[in-house]
Amino acid sequence: MSQAALEIVSGGIGVSIQDAGRTGYRSIGVPVSGALDPLLLAAANGLVGNAPAVAGLELRLVATALKAVGGPLRVALAGDVSTRLLAASGEGRAVAAWSSVTLVDGDVLQIGRPRGTAYLAVAGGIRTPKMLGSRSTYARAGLGLLLAPGERLPCAVFTGDVHRDWRAAGPLHHASGPIRVMPGPQLDHFGAAAREAFFGADFVVTPAHDRMGLRLAGPPLQHLEGGADIVSDGVTPGAIQVPADGQPIVLLADCQTVGGYPKIATVIRADLPRLAHVEAGDVLRFCCVDATAAAAARRALSRGLADWLAALQPAGTLDAASLLSANLAGAAVRGDET
Amino acid sequence: MSLPAAGYPRLLALGDAAFTVEFGDGIVPETHARVLGFAAALDTLVADGRLPGVIERVPTFRSVTVYFDPERAASGVLGETLLALAGEGRRATASGRLWTLPVCFDDDLAPDLADVAARAGLTREAVIALLTATEFSVYMLGFLPGFPYLGGLPAVLEMPRLATPRSRVPAGSVAIAGRMCAVYPWHSPGGWRLVGRTGARLFDTTQAARPALLAPGDRVRWQAVGREALGE
Repeated sequence: MSQAALEIVSGGIGVSIQDAGRTGYRSIGVPVSGALDPLLLAAANGLVGNAPAVAGLELRLVATALKAVGGPLRVALAGDVSTRLLAASGEGRAVAAWSSVTLVDGDVLQIGRPRGTAYLAVAGGIRTPKMLGSRSTYARAGLGLLLAPGERLPCAVFTGDVHRDWRAAGPLHHASGPIRVMPGPQLDHFGAAAREAFFGADFVVTPAHDRMGLRLAGPPLQHLEGGADIVSDGVTPGAIQVPADGQPIVLLADCQTVGGYPKIATVIRADLPRLAHVEAGDVLRFCCVDATAAAAARRALSRGLADWLAALQPAGTLDAASLLSANLAGAAVRGDET
Repeated sequence: MSLPAAGYPRLLALGDAAFTVEFGDGIVPETHARVLGFAAALDTLVADGRLPGVIERVPTFRSVTVYFDPERAASGVLGETLLALAGEGRRATASGRLWTLPVCFDDDLAPDLADVAARAGLTREAVIALLTATEFSVYMLGFLPGFPYLGGLPAVLEMPRLATPRSRVPAGSVAIAGRMCAVYPWHSPGGWRLVGRTGARLFDTTQAARPALLAPGDRVRWQAVGREALGE
């Protein structure tokens, strides 16, 4: 397959390559990484005909400019972000998120600072080398590509119908309301007052948040006597650690594999993607659910994504018949074969 | 054979896609032998296809965290199976590999060695003699990819971490804190006391089958070398 590339013109910090992450290496201290919001990555991938977890760009914190080298390239953005296309011909126009756009050689995408986290997918996926089974960037151990201006990300030339882009019926929305957690594993290190505060109070997201975790500020969650330290044990994205100062830290995709602070609760899988979009000053509340409710939430989430993907339609058409006959997957290269 | 700690093993939910099976709450060889015994038994069941949905497991000092795909494993059934397996009380029978790794104790590569010696009331040479006479055991890997927590540090060298962590510890630094010894495989911030530098490559992504040099259960001996042997 012939090659094209996306060149990072500006940005870099806050931009990473992410797929489903690394599995099988946590026992040697390698974080799972992967998209903070796998749903939005799946949505962006769906718009360009890729399988859900094909490697794309995760965009956070800063504006980014990308240039198409070679081509054509088909890309799509998912998230709360505004984008302009500066065409090689010199014209500029707005590009809507939640729709695909086809770039030719020299086109520049100027992507604004996203609210929370946004994803850019490329038909065929970003084709940087896999390291330990994944293309996800994990800078601290030199895994995956660290992105900086000038870097060219290899992509496939788009071979489908360049005149027919795709768009979604609307944004893919996440659940609202309190973040759902399962208690523990060290809930027993906290007394009644701390538990009541954790499950009732407001927690403010502090500026100390990145792909490793979110530090929150709220009423101090006091440990029982001697309960502020444990002998390190396994952690997971979503685990909520409470160090001696009583201010919780929610671990995210790049978190270490073990930790020595008691974990008062763990965010359920279905609500983890929501944490990709919180910003400093946002207020979180937590509510307690059991494994049955967590399973129901996961089912609702995958149903929501499936419905959203099923409603994708060719841009510029509202015709139900052509929608039904369209073969989305056939319109683009698949990115899951590598 | 000694008995398991009272109240253990026990099963704790770590969200809806992981369980932690605990064998104790401290850092003791008996607990760790059970951790490794359980992990080995679990690996056999997974390899035999008898635990569908189990993705991976992380053995630590005192527990094993088991990660699973909740769409492929019924969590209630899996939890019962794990607890039953833990209750069988297996202990690691085979000890892992014995590694002899080079370490250079030159002052500039061991910036805390003099202070460690002073705190322990020993000479610098006596600290080196203790470190190179000890057979350490690998309890777990974590903190950073390939970062080994090595148990067995002589009690006289037990001391807390630095009050102010360094913002950048050089890769290859051999360090101590508490009753542990460790190696930083990467440049990283860190608060352990730096007592030497090794040229051993503790993590190599090109070795896909075994990227980390050390595995839990392995043993490590330090061999003093000159800095030319570090290959820098």
